[in-house]
Amino acid sequence: MCTVCGCGTDLSTKAPGSGIRVGAHTHDHHGHDHSHAHAHQHHHHGRVEGTIDFGNGAAGVSLPGISQARTIRIERDLLSKNDALAHDNRIRLQRAGTFALNFVSSPGSGKTSLLVRTINDLRDRWPIAVIEGDQQTDRDAERIRATGAPAVQINTGKGCHLDAHMVGHALDHLSMAPGGLLFIENVGNLVCPAAFDLGEAHKVVVLSVTEGEDKPLKYPDMFAASDLMLLNKVDLLPHLDFDVSACVAAALRVNPRIEVLKVSSKTGEGLAAFYGWIVGHAAATVEPAALPA
Amino acid sequence: MHEMSLIESVVALVEDERRKQQFSRVRVVRLAVGVLGHAEPAALRFCFDAVTRGTIADGARLEIDEVPGEGWCSSCRQSVSLGERFAACPVCGDTQVRMTAGGELRLSELEVE
Repeated sequence: MCTVCGCGTDLSTKAPGSGIRVGAHTHDHHGHDHSHAHAHQHHHHGRVEGTIDFGNGAAGVSLPGISQARTIRIERDLLSKNDALAHDNRIRLQRAGTFALNFVSSPGSGKTSLLVRTINDLRDRWPIAVIEGDQQTDRDAERIRATGAPAVQINTGKGCHLDAHMVGHALDHLSMAPGGLLFIENVGNLVCPAAFDLGEAHKVVVLSVTEGEDKPLKYPDMFAASDLMLLNKVDLLPHLDFDVSACVAAALRVNPRIEVLKVSSKTGEGLAAFYGWIVGHAAATVEPAALPA
Repeated sequence: MHEMSLIESVVALVEDERRKQQFSRVRVVRLAVGVLGHAEPAALRFCFDAVTRGTIADGARLEIDEVPGEGWCSSCRQSVSLGERFAACPVCGDTQVRMTAGGELRLSELEVE
């Protein structure tokens, strides 16, 4: 993997519906510092609505040297590069008038089904685009595209999370209408994605009632990093021993500011409140000039 | 295991530094890692050699200074030690303790030649 930006040296794109892998990525940007806003043309991982593969590649850096042992103070945060790229993404999204949400959860919480339902319910009111993150396959992007919404699939390979660099490239491949929504579905993982700011307006953690109500205490970083918790699959509550109030209390303990909505993407229960949350927060985040009249 | 990405970030920061100050080899990479943060020192050590192989940090020794957890209790009006990120104050039991240390994840220094 590239030591400068973390991306791979191999590009796999898959044209929608074709099943054909094409393309080869020549990695020639070692040395640049990523202070730009990803508008560059020299560093393509994929094509429009393709699959961007960050799973392959090996870093090769060699250099001549001067031999004199010494200690250098650095004192830089390990996530500083990611955070700088996330800042670029955030500025870019705000200027485009796009309200971006980063959906995080463990695998199987129902994120993709929730997004499909949300897109079907909201597509007449908002232009919606989706960035899908998974280790392998573009199955989720295919499910999103079936709704008519544009989707870019990022395959992280062995990677357990999306980072701001990957999302910056995905943004290059999405054309978003002003005043639209961008849903980023992170890799199903309740640990690692918490640490990586992607430039989103808010992280939304999805927890399904088929999981334990103590998950917020067991995986506190994710719930601390999120502004909204969607308690999903509540249509199943009559069949389970899940204690909703204990779960909400656990979430509030690790994050007193988190909002909680109970939803079911199957029955639609609670989704009106979620859509209301989106409307309210989008108005507060996106520059008014970017919104359609 | 996002520790692999974190070590890749270390290599990127070392590359940044090499552009500013000439050196040919890194002998020691020293990190400050808070015990209440999201990175596991054992996992960082586990992947360090594999991730740095073939990079400017190839062959370097990884040293990790673990930073203990600390918080400010607004009831006691004092700093208290924290064993968990969202633990109650060990003195008065108040749950509104603001973490002030223990979340660090920093490249503190390099020994180079």
